[in-house]
Amino acid sequence: MTGRTKRRLGMIVVAGALLLLLSGCARVQMPQDTFNAAGPEAHKINALFWPVFWIAVVVFVLVEGLLVFALGRFRRRPGAPVPKQVHGNTRLEITWTIIPALLLLGVAVPTVGTIFSLARRPPGSLNITATGHQWWWQVEYPSLNVTTANEIHIPVGQPVYVTVKSVDVIHSFWIPRLAGKQDLEPGHTNHLTIEASEVGTFLGQCAEYCGFSHANMRLRVMAQSPADFEAWAANQAKPAETPADGTAAAAGMDLFQNGRFANGLQCTGCHTIDGIQGAAGILGPNLTHFGDRTTFGGATFANTSDNLDGWLHDPPGLKPGADMPNLGLTQEQIDDLIAYLEGLK
Amino acid sequence: MATHASFMPGVKVQNRVWTWLTTVDHKRIGILYGTTSFVFFLLAGLESLLMRVQLARPDSTLIGPQAYNELFTMHGTTMIFLAVMPLSTAFINFAVPLLIGARDVAFPRLNALSYWLFLAGGLLLNFGWLLGTAPDAGWFGYANLTSRQFSPGPHLDFWILAIQMLGVSSILGALNFVVTIINMRAPGMQLLWMPVFVWMVLVTQFLVLLAFPPLTVGMIFLMFDRFFGTLFFSPAAGGDPLLWQHLFWIFAHPEVYILILPPMGIISEVIPTFAAKPLFGAPMMIYAGIAIGFLSFGVWSHHMFAVGLGPAADSAFSMITMLIAIPTGVKILNWIMTLWGGRIRFRAPLYFALGFIGMFTMGGLSGVMHASPPVDLQQTDSYFVVAHLHYVLFGGSVFALFAGAYYWWPKVFGRMLDERLGRIHFWLTLIGFNVAFFPMHILGLLGMPRRVYTYAPDLGWNLWNLLATIGAFLIGASLLVFLANVVKTTRTGTPAGGDPWDGRTLEWSISSPPPAWNFSRIPTVHGRDEFWLRKHGDHDGRRPPDPVPAAPAPIHMPPPSYWPILVAASLLVMMVGFLLTIGQVAIGGLLTLLSIYGFALEYHHKPYGDEVRPSS
Ligand SMILES: [Cu+2]
Repeated sequence: MTGRTKRRLGMIVVAGALLLLLSGCARVQMPQDTFNAAGPEAHKINALFWPVFWIAVVVFVLVEGLLVFALGRFRRRPGAPVPKQVHGNTRLEITWTIIPALLLLGVAVPTVGTIFSLARRPPGSLNITATGHQWWWQVEYPSLNVTTANEIHIPVGQPVYVTVKSVDVIHSFWIPRLAGKQDLEPGHTNHLTIEASEVGTFLGQCAEYCGFSHANMRLRVMAQSPADFEAWAANQAKPAETPADGTAAAAGMDLFQNGRFANGLQCTGCHTIDGIQGAAGILGPNLTHFGDRTTFGGATFANTSDNLDGWLHDPPGLKPGADMPNLGLTQEQIDDLIAYLEGLK
Repeated sequence: MATHASFMPGVKVQNRVWTWLTTVDHKRIGILYGTTSFVFFLLAGLESLLMRVQLARPDSTLIGPQAYNELFTMHGTTMIFLAVMPLSTAFINFAVPLLIGARDVAFPRLNALSYWLFLAGGLLLNFGWLLGTAPDAGWFGYANLTSRQFSPGPHLDFWILAIQMLGVSSILGALNFVVTIINMRAPGMQLLWMPVFVWMVLVTQFLVLLAFPPLTVGMIFLMFDRFFGTLFFSPAAGGDPLLWQHLFWIFAHPEVYILILPPMGIISEVIPTFAAKPLFGAPMMIYAGIAIGFLSFGVWSHHMFAVGLGPAADSAFSMITMLIAIPTGVKILNWIMTLWGGRIRFRAPLYFALGFIGMFTMGGLSGVMHASPPVDLQQTDSYFVVAHLHYVLFGGSVFALFAGAYYWWPKVFGRMLDERLGRIHFWLTLIGFNVAFFPMHILGLLGMPRRVYTYAPDLGWNLWNLLATIGAFLIGASLLVFLANVVKTTRTGTPAGGDPWDGRTLEWSISSPPPAWNFSRIPTVHGRDEFWLRKHGDHDGRRPPDPVPAAPAPIHMPPPSYWPILVAASLLVMMVGFLLTIGQVAIGGLLTLLSIYGFALEYHHKPYGDEVRPSS
């Protein structure tokens, strides 16, 4: 081995070690890590990924090894004669046509199996619908009479058959720890299955570029024990509670129901709250149990008073591209609305 | 005759600009393509640096969503249509006639028209920056986001009109080179003896001819939807956004091979030269290129595994996609076997060619991973794909284009590039490239989607994004080294002589830079690597007979023409009219018709071309 090759190999080793070190430092929470599968669909994909990955690693090492070896072995030496003008070797070339063909066959067979297995509609599934809007998600549970936004509650251990559709442009539904992507095509309905094998919150976000605020179209799945899920769903199916008279929340409800703001806009023109007369708007998220959610604004902001305050002052200022305009609310109105919204458990 | 004299090398002319505006010389057009597309390459690189600055930290607010969306749209569109593709065209223009022993291309004026249309399209695309309304729907422009409803304003109009012009330019160029390669080979050059670069160019030009029409159809539908209120892509009216995806990817997957096959051809010239051996299995390399070309039309839906085409379609497209790995693998192993047993001289062109093999292999292997639809469902539209495509198009195409630049530079300009700076350029590019793009594999698998202008801080992506940004700036620094090399050697570079690398093909048998007429005598070809055979003989030491010395015969040369630039300029006026007033469309259209008329009848009343008598 020449000094040069040695040096080069050394560099490769150092670079590899450095990467390992860095990845060690980076051992933080990774809530969208595809490797950390939390359900059978994601597991099926990883079961396919890893063999393909290791085949690729072996091929990579062999090819690059052969290349580096050839470079070291055949570098020009002083006085070396003109090399033999070899034009090819049919047997060799046929060999390395057949070997990759066999390797690929080995990948193709399980691939087709997994394709069909992922496409099957699982028996005993819970059916939900996720509808993409620029830039948030509407979530419906037709059998449970529940409508919510951005946060999908599911029972652990039960497959959930998600019907996805879009009201505007193409989006893509993606919860990396639970399953692969499924695009939402305007004019078509698509389906995918997700299932969580453990309790937890699984983050995701829209994966198809859908315009201005694509980066802020996030969603999350909260997997709960079947009992917790049932309790959640039962509560969600109820209409909103009316706050006690004289409270800030009651004032907020009055604003929500009757307030007219900039350009004559009303909350009820865009938002539904079950149990409030006339609040049946469908352009924005259903707010019936808003206080129960952990996030808002396309699952981009934690559902805190501070964030709500920022939002109600100027929605597009907090979230670029938000459809809801700045309504010119006073601080008192905002405080009342926050009290009301946070009470919608 | 005065204008004609300007074509003689070394002759001072009064108006140098005019000779460049009216040139029909394939070498000068190659230089025009090269410089223009390199400027666009730097521009697209700058756009990527701005994106990387924005993504260096989570929740960054340096660049808002609108600017970011414009940046990634323009970066992709520019790199593909205005940088990598025309950089290949630069080499195709300069080298193909020389490699096949021809004096020019079949249609020199058409060649000039291709260039001016390309420049006009490139300018039109970038006009949007000047008006603050650059295209913002991604290089793939998925319907129905591109409709007037969801993309008001002129952003996408620039994109549609510019790409239409670039399409015309590419199709004209493709016709020209198909005819040139098939008809203008030197006597004796059998098809299978053509240099593999020429073969890859031939395959590429057929891909251009077949792939651009579907794109044109899609673009015309889109243009009608936006300008005249048709509803091809409107789901509410029974149109279908999916139609766009099919039309687009039927174009865009072959486009990937349009971007990679000529670079593969460049590698196939560089490696034999520096190994001092013929290309291993040249016929196999040619068949592999043809196979890739054919297969490229049967795999478009592998970009659409997540749209819900059904398991049967997904399986079929998956398997055809995997098939492409076979001819690609053959190529990689044949390049390595070319080095095997050779006498390898490490020079800047070879460094970049080796970089190509190393990095492209990686891009190919990650490609096999998402050829499997279930795996792709996790990887598609994530940063894993960003990593993959950059390993193919930067690690592959761009490395090879730099190999070609260092390799043919002495032939084009008559001076060598500096070797030491060349190596610094290479190592800086290789390191910067891997620091920038390797972490993107990890980011994608950690769930980071593409085309997001910002991301949350608690997803474990921060370090990898910071690394990618650092790598991007290293690549930027490497380009400065290249520019320094160009500036330095333009005045002080070592004169190259005709054959600085002990070359194997015909371009090295003439002076550097070549005379306007390329070959004083058209060579006769006796085998593959004709020039090597003349110098060193075949393995039995037999050499082809020396060319018979004869008195220099007069050479028929195409004279310059101002019609190509006039046609392109008129078309540009018309296209810009679509953004302004219908009156300007009419004026531009009329000018276009008139200039095409002038172009067509230029030689109706005068003889075509002049005769020159070479001095040597
Ligand atoms: Cu979206």
